[in-house]
Amino acid sequence: MTDTPKLSFHVPDPELRPGDTPDFSHVKVPQAGSVRRPEIDERPADMRDLAFSIIRVLDRNGQAVGPWAGSLTPDQLVEGLRHMMTLRTFDARMMTAQRQGKTSFYMQHLGEEAVSCAFRLAMKPGDMNFPTYRQAGLLIASGYPMTQMMNQIYSNEADPLRGRQLPIMYASKEHGFFSISGNLATQFVQAVGWAMASAISGDSRIAAGWIGDGSTAENDFHAGMVFASTYKAPVVLNIVNNQWAISTFQGIAVGEAGTLAARGHGFGIPALRVDGNDYLAVHAVAQWAVERARHNLGPTLVEYVTYRAGGHSTSDDPSGYRPKEESAAWPLGDPILRLKTHLIEIGAWSEERHVQTEAQIRDEVVTAQKEAESIGTLHSGRHPSPREMFEDVYAEMPAHLIRQRHEVGY
Amino acid sequence: MARMTMVEAIRNAHDVAMERDDKVIVFGEDVGYFGGVFRCTAGLQKKYGKSRCFDTPISESGIVGTAIGMAAYGLRPCVEMQFADYMYPAYDQIVSEAARLRYRSAGEFTCPIVVRMPTGGGIFGGQTHSQSPEALFTHVAGLKTVVPSNPRDAKGLLLAAIDDPDPVIFLEPKRLYNGQFDGHYDKPIESWKKSELSEVDEGYAPIPLGKAKIRREGSDVTILAYGTMVHVALAAVEDSGVDGEVIDLRTLVPLDVDAITASVRKTGRCVVVHEATLTSGFGAELAALVQQECFWHLEAPVTRVAGWDTPYPHAQEWHYFPGPPRIVTALRAVMET
Repeated sequence: MTDTPKLSFHVPDPELRPGDTPDFSHVKVPQAGSVRRPEIDERPADMRDLAFSIIRVLDRNGQAVGPWAGSLTPDQLVEGLRHMMTLRTFDARMMTAQRQGKTSFYMQHLGEEAVSCAFRLAMKPGDMNFPTYRQAGLLIASGYPMTQMMNQIYSNEADPLRGRQLPIMYASKEHGFFSISGNLATQFVQAVGWAMASAISGDSRIAAGWIGDGSTAENDFHAGMVFASTYKAPVVLNIVNNQWAISTFQGIAVGEAGTLAARGHGFGIPALRVDGNDYLAVHAVAQWAVERARHNLGPTLVEYVTYRAGGHSTSDDPSGYRPKEESAAWPLGDPILRLKTHLIEIGAWSEERHVQTEAQIRDEVVTAQKEAESIGTLHSGRHPSPREMFEDVYAEMPAHLIRQRHEVGY
Repeated sequence: MARMTMVEAIRNAHDVAMERDDKVIVFGEDVGYFGGVFRCTAGLQKKYGKSRCFDTPISESGIVGTAIGMAAYGLRPCVEMQFADYMYPAYDQIVSEAARLRYRSAGEFTCPIVVRMPTGGGIFGGQTHSQSPEALFTHVAGLKTVVPSNPRDAKGLLLAAIDDPDPVIFLEPKRLYNGQFDGHYDKPIESWKKSELSEVDEGYAPIPLGKAKIRREGSDVTILAYGTMVHVALAAVEDSGVDGEVIDLRTLVPLDVDAITASVRKTGRCVVVHEATLTSGFGAELAALVQQECFWHLEAPVTRVAGWDTPYPHAQEWHYFPGPPRIVTALRAVMET
């Protein structure tokens, strides 16, 4: 025992930093169609393999292959493509609007559009999502008006959240979209609580919790997993692994200990890993997990393997911490391009229709933007009254807030 | 009417609330089968079933986080933190989530939850079973904070808290759970059943939040207190011979400002008493309020008697606790000014 070495301290590092040549050869990408599809009532202990692979449907040629293919009709897929294209166009316009000073802040989805857009299709009206700040596809895919989203982003007079929230922190009960906090991971355990309430009430509705790779390190991730596991809550627990938590690579949150999905095993929760840039695979896995929840079979943990092609937010510049061309080298490709290729391959789409649709979507987004901007942007036009700053703190305004409101002159 | 201890009154409030509204759900650590370490939920699981009263994992953020999700769904969770000292892991859920949900979603989602927690010392609980964290809640916009001082109020205020459309922090002075305690730790404990405040309406009898109660009328000095310190203040008034008016605040937010200012304008003097540490305690808020609203009526500086600015000690409990002797000294000092 006298020859024990001096202890050394370990801090994980990504393999590549700015100036290095992008290289994802360490990401093992299985062949599309090669991962099995268990029955929804298979015992969690018998499907542990699924946490270490990547479920994929679209192959390199744009064909849908394997046991997870076929969950959507061509018409639904065209609709899905439209959702993703709309989200990307919306993001591009709002990124520019932020640069023009029309709002303070924005967060885009570039490269991650398939995750929230496809997931939404697996849920039913009445179900509830507890999203993070990068799931606006849930709103786009459920028909939430883009003008309303922009009114919120601009904090103008028509902002449904009355100018109180940071841009993109939407909320809509009708669209199954819980109020976004901005504090990380808190919503994950709340989703479990909502699902427990549905089960307590003998309802048939289910919930979905969302979290990023970085925030799985938060206390509330683990609390959510424990409660979901203990009470077999009807909830789908989604981890969007886009590789980067601002400047921190995912190895800081997970160490070098396997996958994020594998964290489900200790809780006895079935855990699946899926190609997050494959619209068909995301939907098929989401539907499988939703069905499990709906049939009283309990929670499922899903890790969406994707890549954050843009900055974390408009306040972030990724060139300071990762190779510039890294996103182009990402082996799972671009979700829009992959679905487009598939639809052309099956004869449901064409280059011409794609170009037409792009133009059509641009018009829709611009029309919505003009409408929102005619009301106001952050620093011009009409805004919610300062009076509203004091409302909704409580259901009924207490005397001390009435006094303070009077001090402001309202 | 029936004579109840504070524990029995709290248990009865749960029972009445659960009976009249099946959306009321009760859970927490050891709360289900066993009925809570202080027995405040005893019998509820047996009567209402495991889906309405159940045990949870030891995870305070999980307890409050799931309660928030349930409230967003439409239930009315009333949850227990085993000790107020254990609530810190849930603090983010309480402050960033429960308190702000209505505001940040413009009423799209609301959070009608009650978070109950035994508070205060006097039980030789050391630094992890004795704290009074009320100021950590009163400082947060969107929360209501309630501290009952007797069985009747505990019942009525808890019913009102469960009915409330917003999150309510319900701090239960654990030293009062099973008997009256006036700070004279060396004297025998008076049973609650000897006090008329233990006479509790067995039915649905809520007491509105935001209303203080004068426990003793007096003309010399106003003493502002809540929870255990109401009884300690009353004992100190008797010991001092000063004709003190003791106001039991009952609810800290919203605060009954009118009751406070009316009394201080009458007496011209004010002593604020709490068990929590002095610096930035709720007494600072009260002192500032009184000097601003009653300045021209004051005959003496507003004085605070509080726990020392140390962690809650074990062996030195009665040197830390702001008992009758320290309050008597303060009362005599303000009378001599």
